[in-house]
Amino acid sequence: MTRHPGMTRTLIPPEPAVDRTGGDPGLRHRLAERGVDARLLLLVPALLFFVLLFLYPFLYGLGLSFQPAHGGRLESYRQFFADPYQRDTIWTTLKISLPAALLNVLAAVPIAYRMRGRFRGKRLLTILLVVPITLGTVLTAEGLLNYLGPTGWLNRILLKLHLADQPVQLIHNYGGVFFSLVVTGFPFAFLLVQSYLSGIDSTLDSAASTLGAGAWQRFRRVTLPLLAPGLATTFCLTFVLAFSVFPSAVLVGNPAGSTRVLSIAAYQAAYEQYDYSMASAIAMVMAVVELVVIGLVLLWRGTLYTGSSGGKG
Amino acid sequence: MAISIPRQFSELRLAGVGRRFGTTTALSDLDLTIRSGEFVALLGPSGCGKSTALNCLAGLLPLSSGAIWADATRIDTVPPERRGFGMVFQNYALFPHLSARRNVAFGLQMRRLPKAEVRRRTDAAIRLVQLDEHADKLPAQLSGGQQQRIAIARAIVLEPALVLMDEPLSNLDAKLRLEMRTEIRRLHQSLGLTTVYVTHDQEEALSLADRLVVLRNGRVQQVGTPEELHTQPVNWHVADFMGYRNLLPGTAVSVTAGRAEVTCGGLRLAGAAVGPVGAGDDVIVGVRPDDLGVGAGPNPVAAVVEVVEYRGNDVAVEARAGDGTALHLRTAERLAPGDEVTLTSDPARLLVFPADPDAAPSESDSAPAAPAEARS
Repeated sequence: MTRHPGMTRTLIPPEPAVDRTGGDPGLRHRLAERGVDARLLLLVPALLFFVLLFLYPFLYGLGLSFQPAHGGRLESYRQFFADPYQRDTIWTTLKISLPAALLNVLAAVPIAYRMRGRFRGKRLLTILLVVPITLGTVLTAEGLLNYLGPTGWLNRILLKLHLADQPVQLIHNYGGVFFSLVVTGFPFAFLLVQSYLSGIDSTLDSAASTLGAGAWQRFRRVTLPLLAPGLATTFCLTFVLAFSVFPSAVLVGNPAGSTRVLSIAAYQAAYEQYDYSMASAIAMVMAVVELVVIGLVLLWRGTLYTGSSGGKG
Repeated sequence: MAISIPRQFSELRLAGVGRRFGTTTALSDLDLTIRSGEFVALLGPSGCGKSTALNCLAGLLPLSSGAIWADATRIDTVPPERRGFGMVFQNYALFPHLSARRNVAFGLQMRRLPKAEVRRRTDAAIRLVQLDEHADKLPAQLSGGQQQRIAIARAIVLEPALVLMDEPLSNLDAKLRLEMRTEIRRLHQSLGLTTVYVTHDQEEALSLADRLVVLRNGRVQQVGTPEELHTQPVNWHVADFMGYRNLLPGTAVSVTAGRAEVTCGGLRLAGAAVGPVGAGDDVIVGVRPDDLGVGAGPNPVAAVVEVVEYRGNDVAVEARAGDGTALHLRTAERLAPGDEVTLTSDPARLLVFPADPDAAPSESDSAPAAPAEARS
């Protein structure tokens, strides 16, 4: 609402501005120019939520990790890194999550690229590609157990056709977890890549073709450079999902051996040994490793062109 | 790299070119021969099929029917990247992640030319559009006019057999649009380009093109030089588009030797019949604002001035005749709203068109699209 002081003064007695605004209008105006106004109060619930449900538990866990039952403040960390059985879970986790995230992104790109534009059956195909995300890891793992297990359909078919003498070991190992992560992670990567792709102006592709660029060159020289920052973000998000893998590592993996990931180590520390300090320390190690990977990817992303990808400047 | 069409052609022939989208026909039966060195403008309101025609020429849209020939080579099945035609897009379509220089160099690099030659030709093209100082900027750092110049440089650096321009000036402001118009014509002449230019702005088309193709609802209405279209539109749709702002529905009373007597509402006018007009036919009378005079003369119509718009050398006037017909004219006379005037027109400049049975000039149809607002 705009006020016309000159006009109102002649019609109604002037009222102090303080009454109307509840503050010095000059200050309010100056704050508004800096983007500060009362609507920011709407952020308070979200902020409370963040502080109470994330920040406080996180800091509590951080504190806990420095309060081991015995020894010095860093005893939990020392134990973790001194014991190869614990320490190696970092590599185990990275060995599963990095390739799974990479494969998800790499597989999503050609499929999303091919699915640009309009065509018959696009919606159905998208639904089919995205359905696994709605099922959750447990149901996926359940399905894998039934399908790929020693008495699962696949092995029964292989045996019937005499393509194998004995059931092929497809689950309860690294491959089982990896496959499960791809099944659940791919839809996520696909949806993200698809939305990044749709943000790239399609006339750029047309322009490149009139300049003599074939399909591969158009992708390589125009689409990919504009898509790359989005791919970095997609990789980070699918990596985070894969890194905290727990259900599938237990259900279709080999949780005592090849797929003993960080989250399993933390779980065992907390609920089998009741060593909350160790569990918290493992969680912190997990966070640091994740942040290092994401930091490296974002560092690379920073070297890319990240401006507008539309046709208009 | 194999270029499967001749680098230059003496003529490009579109034979019965058509394009359908689902059940709608965007373009039908376009026959057009473009000679080397010519500047052809495709003109029409939005949705008339002009951009479809251009995209068919570029190879970005496959044809539904017809064929395109470059001399004796059929090219409509050649993919765009092998046609060797340059294209300038309405939204410039510069690669946002590449500097202006690398945008211009893109096509040369696709041809795998030696680095030195790429560099030399890129620099020359950038100099041609006078953007040497801005060559290393990204498109987002350039103004709209500069971006469009880079887009033009990028298209012509390949010395294409044909340059296609899709409303290249419609995103620019009025002043810049005039400057770029001159620039495009200058480049066309000095480089000996063959240009096909799509626009909905008849002034732009008239001033740039050697030949105009007026399209409506996917069909060619008229092909001719700017002067032919300006003075002899073949139907009232073309007349509408060429600035015949007064289009009055009426009935022919008598037609003798091309001269038609017409009643429009309460007015009785004499004009030149265009096309088959017989006594008793429904007609549409078209006359330009410039061809309506004030004072004594033929076809006198008494009217009252309602609106006067100052235009510098003259004024644009809307006057209302006794029967309620609104008439638009331009005059150097100092008129004011409320003045009673007699409007006159030369019967030779008052064109009498047969009214299409299915289409009468409606409000939305009769106002020629203003360049700034017709497309956003």
